[in-house]
Amino acid sequence: MSFYEQYLKYRDYDSAGCNPGSKTIERILGQDRLLPTDFLALLSPAAQPYLEAMAQKARRLTVQHFGKTILLYTPLYLSDYCSNQCQYCGFNVRNPLKRKQLSLEEVEEAARRIAATGLKHILILTGDARAISSPDYIADCAGVLRKYFTSIAIEVYAMTQEEYGQLVNAGVDGFTIYQETYNEEYYDLIHVSGPKKDYRFRLDAPERACRAGMRSVNIGALLGLDDWRRDGFFTGLHAHYLQNQYPAVEISLSLPRIRPHAGEFQPRCPVTDKQMVQFLLALRLFLPRAGITISTRENARFRDNLLSLGVTKMSAGSHTAVGAQIDKEENAGQFEISDPRNVAEMSAALRQMGYQPLYQDWQPIGDR
Amino acid sequence: MDSNTDPLVIGQTTLSSRLFVGTGKYSSDSLISEVLKRSGAQVITVALRRMDFHSQVGNVTDYIPSGVQLLPNTSGARNAEEAVRIARLAKAAGCGNWIKIEVISDNKYLLPDGYETVKATEILAREGFVALPYISPDLMVAKRLVEAGAAAVMPLGAPIGTNRGLKTRELLRILIDEIPLPVIVDAGIGRPSHACEAMEMGAAACLLNTAIASAADPGLMAEAFGKAVSAGRQAYWAGLGGRQEYAQASSPLTGFLHE
Repeated sequence: MSFYEQYLKYRDYDSAGCNPGSKTIERILGQDRLLPTDFLALLSPAAQPYLEAMAQKARRLTVQHFGKTILLYTPLYLSDYCSNQCQYCGFNVRNPLKRKQLSLEEVEEAARRIAATGLKHILILTGDARAISSPDYIADCAGVLRKYFTSIAIEVYAMTQEEYGQLVNAGVDGFTIYQETYNEEYYDLIHVSGPKKDYRFRLDAPERACRAGMRSVNIGALLGLDDWRRDGFFTGLHAHYLQNQYPAVEISLSLPRIRPHAGEFQPRCPVTDKQMVQFLLALRLFLPRAGITISTRENARFRDNLLSLGVTKMSAGSHTAVGAQIDKEENAGQFEISDPRNVAEMSAALRQMGYQPLYQDWQPIGDR
Repeated sequence: MDSNTDPLVIGQTTLSSRLFVGTGKYSSDSLISEVLKRSGAQVITVALRRMDFHSQVGNVTDYIPSGVQLLPNTSGARNAEEAVRIARLAKAAGCGNWIKIEVISDNKYLLPDGYETVKATEILAREGFVALPYISPDLMVAKRLVEAGAAAVMPLGAPIGTNRGLKTRELLRILIDEIPLPVIVDAGIGRPSHACEAMEMGAAACLLNTAIASAADPGLMAEAFGKAVSAGRQAYWAGLGGRQEYAQASSPLTGFLHE
């Protein structure tokens, strides 16, 4: 069993051409539970005149299920060594960066500084270079970080189920991976070389993480690579599949839009703010209990406006360069961030907008 | 009949209020003290997973006055073993020996796992916890919980956070009739009228969170719930009039048969 079977079932749907009538949209907005085809309809151009109605319902559902709270976390880049040629990524092996990997001492120093902000959730990231940033190295880093944080999530290269199990045992409880694009042919084109070129191995990674015992699993597509309706539909469908197959796992979604980075690649399908909002609202209506993350890829004003539409997690005090938290960054990072607010500033902004920033939403209960 | 003559006793604790409240969804923890004050609630549930005992920015417990009974919950536990660990952590952290046992391995509907809940209750009750398990209103699970040493049972009226009211009404009624423990209706209560109805049915208490936290004026809504729970309890003792299928005519059509 794999999500790939569902992907094949819907692959030839003409999501861009799906344009139901207004009556259909109105009927869907009145439903408590949505089918995948309803979700597709909400992503269609026909739903655009209903954005406000979708927003009102999305807001109500979000407050009902999550309250007026936003979980804050911050990313920590451990290593930017990478063996892939992904056209859209600053870590592309062909990009002339001076690469760096944090030592365990540097990880500890960064952990100390981040923990001083009060945050208890951290997301650790590496490039795809398993010979350098191996599962053992990531597990060792988790061993350092668990002294400072109650939740450690990874956003690294796709691994085997056994390797995810090793990280769970090391104290990792959260998992993020982006499929980038669900369009298999285009995926192959933009992943020029490297282990990431294996579409199926990446597509099934969230399922392997669920099986390995990850408490929370977060997925997404990199918006801008391919038609957003198509990738948005498959992202929601993928989350829906994981929710049904692994009900004990908290499934959430991220909506990253492609950002400027070290490289020449330009997104072929730029996503406007309005389209981004439509995607977010459709997701919330389709998956009322799923977490939704908006990172600092988006600017402060836009993030503030998205707050009441369904978002449940936000990053703060973000840096995308290795060593940035300990003043030792040596390159521009994976991409440029758009919201430079630190944790205190982000918290103050949330409170001003009537939301409570949550620094901790998990207490480890294993033998850590 | 008043709260002095109709106390709610759970474990060794006597409560005069039959409204329990939650802490999970407020825009600011500072609202919690107002909610407690205006509702009169004496029991408040907190998720251990959100409590940072070394926090420099404060904790939800900072807003809970002394004298209010803390009811830590095992939110996040997916099986009995995890629930037991969380309960022990809560006790070690100074949260007392009350525990709301939540074992949920279904993140879509958040429905409790009865089998794992019974297992956790057996262990924790044996360890001296005042165990209050959150359950679907299943009679056989509730009976097992009585045997396991639960101090009360907390059946859901509707799935958590839905504000849908007493969708499980008939099953709740069976539990209230059959279980010799306080039955505290938990989850799904969205309006004061829902809470009042549960109390009229004979529930011992109600626990709710979303309905207050998501109200435009949480303090005022808390007050409304406090009154609704009291009114429902009064009505229960007053004895609700029986319902008739047909109106009772003052000039009966069949009166001539008795002449």
